[in-house]
Formats: sequence, structure tokens, C-alpha cells
Amino acid sequence: MRFSTFLRLGWLCATMAASGIAAAELQWNLQRPNTALAQDIYDLHVLIMWIITVIFVGVFGFMFYAIVRHRKSVGHKAAHFHESTTVEIMWTVVPFLILVVMAWPATKTLLAMRDTGQPDMTIKATGFQWKWGYEYLDEGIKFYSVLATPRDQIEGSAEKGEHYLLEVDNPVVVPVGSKVRVLVTANDVLHAWYVPALAVKQDAIPGFIRDAWFRADRPGIYRGQCAELCGKEHGFMPIVVKVVTQDEYKAWVSQQKQGASAAFDPKRAYTLAELKTEGEKVYRTHCVVCHQPDGKGMPPTFPPITGGRITTGPKAGHIEIVLNGSKRNPMMVAWGPQLSDFELAAVLTYQRNALGNSKGDSVQPAEIIAARN
Amino acid sequence: MEAVHGHDHAHDHQPSGIMRWVTTTNHKDIGTMYLWFSFVMFLVGGVMAFTIRAELFQPGLQLVNPDFFNQMTTLHGLIMVFGAIMPAFVGFANWQIPMMIGAPDMAFPRMNNWSFWLLPPAALLLIISLLVPGGSAGAGWTLYPPLTVQQGMGMDLVIFAIHILGMSSIMGSINIITTILNLRAPGMTLMKMPMFVWTWLITAYLLIAVMPVLAGAVTMTLTDRHFGTHFFNPAGGGDPVLFEHIFWFFGHPEVYIIAIPAFGVVSQVIPAFSRKPLFGYTSMVYATASIAFLSFVVWAHHMYTVGMPVEAQLYYMFATMLIAVPTGVKVFNWVATMWQGALTFETPMLFAIGFLFLFTLGGFTGLVLSLVPVDVQLHDTYYVVAHFHYVMVAGALFAAFAGVYFWLPKWTGRMYDETLGQWHFWLSMIFFNVTFFVQHFLGLAGMPRRIPDYALQFTDFNMISSVGAWGFGLSQVLFLYVVLKAIRGGEKAPQKPWDGADTLEWTHLPTPAPYHSFETPPDVK
Repeated sequence: MRFSTFLRLGWLCATMAASGIAAAELQWNLQRPNTALAQDIYDLHVLIMWIITVIFVGVFGFMFYAIVRHRKSVGHKAAHFHESTTVEIMWTVVPFLILVVMAWPATKTLLAMRDTGQPDMTIKATGFQWKWGYEYLDEGIKFYSVLATPRDQIEGSAEKGEHYLLEVDNPVVVPVGSKVRVLVTANDVLHAWYVPALAVKQDAIPGFIRDAWFRADRPGIYRGQCAELCGKEHGFMPIVVKVVTQDEYKAWVSQQKQGASAAFDPKRAYTLAELKTEGEKVYRTHCVVCHQPDGKGMPPTFPPITGGRITTGPKAGHIEIVLNGSKRNPMMVAWGPQLSDFELAAVLTYQRNALGNSKGDSVQPAEIIAARN
Repeated sequence: MEAVHGHDHAHDHQPSGIMRWVTTTNHKDIGTMYLWFSFVMFLVGGVMAFTIRAELFQPGLQLVNPDFFNQMTTLHGLIMVFGAIMPAFVGFANWQIPMMIGAPDMAFPRMNNWSFWLLPPAALLLIISLLVPGGSAGAGWTLYPPLTVQQGMGMDLVIFAIHILGMSSIMGSINIITTILNLRAPGMTLMKMPMFVWTWLITAYLLIAVMPVLAGAVTMTLTDRHFGTHFFNPAGGGDPVLFEHIFWFFGHPEVYIIAIPAFGVVSQVIPAFSRKPLFGYTSMVYATASIAFLSFVVWAHHMYTVGMPVEAQLYYMFATMLIAVPTGVKVFNWVATMWQGALTFETPMLFAIGFLFLFTLGGFTGLVLSLVPVDVQLHDTYYVVAHFHYVMVAGALFAAFAGVYFWLPKWTGRMYDETLGQWHFWLSMIFFNVTFFVQHFLGLAGMPRRIPDYALQFTDFNMISSVGAWGFGLSQVLFLYVVLKAIRGGEKAPQKPWDGADTLEWTHLPTPAPYHSFETPPDVK
């Protein structure tokens, strides 16, 4: 623990003790809403807090009055009443009426929240262990979104950045003012797509598609996290939504489409160096959380790449386990559906020729295509 | 006093030493074992909480890896619920129910012994699961698949532990129901029973209804893991949400299995120190029964975000809000009991008032969470963590402390140290709130639960919470000291140390309560 930590804590305690209120920068309520619905929820929460505060003060006002005035030490003699039907009926009926008052705005907001009809655009969000995959159904854009915080910040060997753990390589980009429907599903285990400022939290369930929607009021960057425990990297798969103007959005879409059209040629034979360069990127994005940056893995669950039985064995076995996953170890999922032929060829080549391995052979996209069939 | 025999009978050559405890069929011995067992488990679960809060003291990963962190949160939950809180209240039931209804012992003494002795192996399985390859279950105490299907053999050990704990609970419940329905002294009609006995009667029915459901859910997980079934695997036509429904059909009544006996303890303590009968006894019984009934029909409020139809969300929201009515009735009745009393504030009363105050606060945050739109923001955040710790710790645990201080003189024949007891209360009260009150703000700001590391804006409140948690944990060592000090050399306790106590164990039995009490039933007017 660093000295600055102690200082910070000490300062905090001192401020709180001295003034009775904590620092102004602390967040005391829901995040600042960025959709009309998020605003409704914010207001609903504030309303409910007022109601319960009043009831709380009322009920415990009675209790503390009794504690002060009806104590034996001030000579108070105990009364003997222990029943009153009138009072019992009253404190059954009155709370019920208060509940009706609370249920009314809650129901209205809920009905609005669940109305996912007539969206301006639809994005499919898929939870993976441990990243999000996005697909713009109308535009045909697809990409993965992976935590961008470097490992050394997490392990404490580098200063933590402003958006520590809440930053990704590829944010979701949406236009301001459009009704965005999000289809949420998962590939492996449960996840949840949660962005507080947009008031969306929807569980991602493998095999099922659920939906939610938002219409952002202001451009800006809104950050959230996976909200359903999904394994060891649950805390490390954030969601970043970048809300831009309609023009910026159009520019972004066409740029994405161009990037996609510069795709690879399945008939070409790639050099080992080309594959290795691309493979390193794929490894850093998809493999590194389990098999570790140095390829040593975390045995027994996550076996090493370096000198591994499979990664230094025959190509066919290596292709098979990466493409289709492991039968024995459910943590090794099938990467065939997630990665392209080129990406798979690249990462396999990388694993066989880097991280301490030097098989000297390359895996060509054509071999992946053959193995897929 | 005529109910007590001056000397022990011929059937009392019991073994001495450890075999006394292994073979005992005496409700008092078994109650004592339940209470000590639960305290040991409370410390084990507490060490896990220490670890969790130490890792969360500042951002970044410092002490444990994320896998181990998940195992800590999972086992902390399971051990505190099944190992600490539930056995503690079964311990109270064992000691108190026969004495409060004028029965000589529990209805099935041998089964009582077996119910207890199932617990240590189950606890061992839970703890050993940390040592097997791959470690223990790290899927949270709710054990949602498909994550549970991915886990190593530690998960199987946890499943078997839950099976055994379930058997123990069911047998304990059968015993309690039979005892209450059949062994009451003449004149002790149901509506004359002390409130604590009533709450346990209702709780035992809840347990019998839902423990098999949990056993079914984890067995389905087991067969999905090893025997090729696809209950929860969508690729084979299953549905992961099915598990959530089954789990919470158990899980919501479970909340009340923990809370209702706590209501019972508090309903004995508050009148005793108010020197005034419990206000609205009949309405308390009906309110408790209504809460128990409602607890079966609201389970999906734990799953508002799974994407169920809006009609279902509305139903669960309205039904859940309705629970506030009987719960409110209970709170009002307790306050009305204190009203116009002659109050004194010994340690049991302090804990009972602490319970009343903080449990109500937890009830209010429950009301906030019952509203679907608000819950969508708060579900699976620290707000929920704060909410259920207000209900479980400040609720059930504080009530258990109240019960221990209240009945310790009757059990041991010795008074505890009042000053130290009050220190224990105030330290617990302050550190509990330091730990958990700030977690509401973390949840509102959007910090998810079950994460080992967090974004920088959550740092300050997490530091406060960790300091509070360590303080709370250490305060419990004081509790152990107070209890041991009382047992070893406390002042001799009179038959009825509390003015307002009026149940049979105080009015008819000497202190300490004899090993066999009420061999001939007392006369209840």
C-alpha cells in the first residue's frame, strides 16, 4: 500500500469528522441521466426517497420519543394496553394507500421502458468471456470491444488512468436523438449489459435474445460495466457508448464499412511474418486474459501456450481445439464462430512461433477453411 | 418450580467428555452445539469478508486473484447463510422452544442429534472445496449456470454440502413443528404461545417447503455437469433462466427463514425491557403468516432484468410492494410496545432497538428495489449488497445477539458483563453503518457487485467501507470475550434477571435451567 493511499484516507476521515459532510466530488445519487427515461427513473427514485424519509422520521420519531420520555430511569410507569383494533386497521390501510401512490409513477415508467417498438436502429450486443461483441444489424458492421486498460495499471506497476477499467478499444457509436434498440445475448455464460446514464441494464442470456432501448439526449461518452457475474474477468469487461451527432455517425459508419472491405484474400498464401504480426494483435485481444501475456497460462485451468503440448504438437490438433473448443475443459471455448479464418490462421501461427515457441510452420487461412468443413 | 426434579434420574448416565456431545439427545446440549457451530462459521465467513474488503480497499489487484476473489464472495455468502445465521436460530429453537411451551425436550431427540451432526461435514466440504484443483465454486452464492457448469470439482463439493445442509434443515424443521404441535403444556393454546415459538412454527414450514426446491436446483446443476442433461444448457433445449426461477423460489422464502425467527427474538426482548406486553399479539401472528405466504409469490423480483414480459414485471412489483404492509404492521407493533412502557436499555434491548432501526432501513431500501424502473438501475450493484446486509446483519445477526445476551443468564446461570456488552453493541452498530451505509452510494453511482477491482470514482467509499468492515469484524472478538467471561466467572444470575420477562423459562425454571426441565408439564393459565 502506498503512502498516498494513507494520506487520502486520512484526509477523508478528517473532512468527514470535521465537517460532518464528505467531499463534494463524491457521488451521492444515481449518475446524471442522459435519456428522458433515465431522468424519469432519477426523479422516481428521489420521490421515493422523500416518501420513505418522511415515514422513517415519523415512525422513529415516536420510538425515540419513547426512548427519551418513557424510560424507567425518569420514573415512567408502564401502561398496560396491548391491543387496539382501530390502530391496527389504520396502520394497515394507510401504508397500503402510500404504496398505491408509489406504484403509479413506477408503472408508467416501466411501461415506457419496455416499449422497444419502432427503433431507428438496432445493435446486437453479445457477451463473451470476457468482452462484448457488437453487430449493427442495419449496417452490417461487426466488431469486438475489449478492455483497453493496460495490465500494469491493474497490477499497480503503472499510474492508473482517468478511465481506469471503464475504457475499451472499440466503443459502441450511436447518433444522438435516435431510438437505439439493443438486442442482448451471450455466447457462453450470463452477462448483463449495463450503462447507468442510459438507464439500460439487460441480462445477456446464452441461447436467448432480450431487448432494451435508449435514446440519448446529449453527445458524450457513457461508461458502464458487465453487471452479472461471468467468471474471473467479470470486473474487466466494460461497456463504452459514444454518442455523436448524426453527421459524425454517418462518417463513422462509412469509415467502418471501408475498413471491412479491405479484407483478406482466402486464396493467397501469407508469409509467416505477416501472420505473426496480425496474430499478435488477435492474441492480445482474445487470448491474453487466460493464457497470459507471457504465454505461461494459469494452470491447471488455463494451460500454457509456451511449450504447450498442443501448441508445439501437430497443426491439426492445434487447429481443432482453437476452432471447436476443448471437450475436457469447458473454459476453452470454440473460437470458430468468433474469429475470421484469417484471424484464426494468424493467431495459430503466432502461438506456434512466439511466446517462446518456434515451430517454424505457419497456418494458412485456407487450412482453417478446410478444417471448418 | 414443581416441574423441576431436584436430582437426576437413572437414565442419566451419559458418557463424559467428547462422547457426551457426540451422543447427546438433550435439546440444551444440541442447542449449545448449534450456537457454537454457528459462531465458528461466523468467524470463518468473517475472515472471508475481511479478505474481500482488503482487496477492495483500493483500486487495482493487490492481494488475491479474481478467481479466488469470486470464491471468497461465494463461500462468504453460503457460509454466512447456511453455516452461521440459520444454525444460530436453530440453536435458539432447540434451547428455547421446549422451555417456552413447557415440554421436556424436542419431539425427536435422536433425529435432533443427527440434524446437528450433519452440519460439521457439510461445513468441511465447503472449506475443503477451496483446496481442490481449480478451487471452490466462484459463481456467487446464487450459483447461476452456465457459470457453475464451467467450474472445477470444488463446485461438486459445494453441491453436496448444500444437499447435506438441506437434509439437516428439513429434519430440524420436522422436529420443531412436531414439538410445537404436540408437546405444549396443558393450557398452552396456540394463541398463547410466545411469539418466538410462533415465528419458528412458521419458519419451519417455510424450510420444509423450499429446501427440497434448492436441493432439486443444485442436483440439476450436478447432472448438467456430469451426466449429460441440459436443464440449463440452451444448446440442448434448456434455459439458464429456469435455474434462476427455481433458485429464487427457494431464495426468497429463505430471506424470511432468516428474518422471521429474528422477529421472534425481538418480540420477546422488546416487551421484556418495556415492562409491557407485546402490542397486537394477534396481528403479529397474522402479519408473520402473511409475510411467509407472500414470500412464495414474489421470487422473480430478484430477476427483473432477465427480460420477462412486462405483465410479469408488473405483477411481481405489486406483489413485492405488498410485503411492506405486514412488515410495517410488525414495526408499528414493536414501536407501540415501547410506547408508554418503562424502558431500560440493557444490551439485549440495545440490540433489539438496533435491529428495529436498521432492519426498517433495510426494508425501505427493499421497497426502493421493488420498483422495477429503479431496480433496473440498482440490480446487481452495491446498493443491493447494502440492502441485504441491512436485513441479514443488522436484522438477523443483531437479533441473534439480542437473543444471546437475553437468554445467556438462563442458559449458563451467569450474567454477562453489562459494560462490555454495551461496548459490543455500540462498536457493532457504528462499524456496521460505516461498512454498509456508504455502499448505497456506490450502488447508486453504478458499481457492480462481485468485482475484485473498480473504477477510480468508487475509491473513497470503498476505503470507508473496508475500514468499517475490519472494525465490525474485530468487534465480534469482543463478543466472544464477553460470552466466555460470563461462562467462566460471571456474576450468579437470579431466576428472572429481566423485570418484564414473562415466559415459562423465566417464571417456572431456576437459573441455570436444569439439564432436564418440565418432566411434568407446568400449569399454564
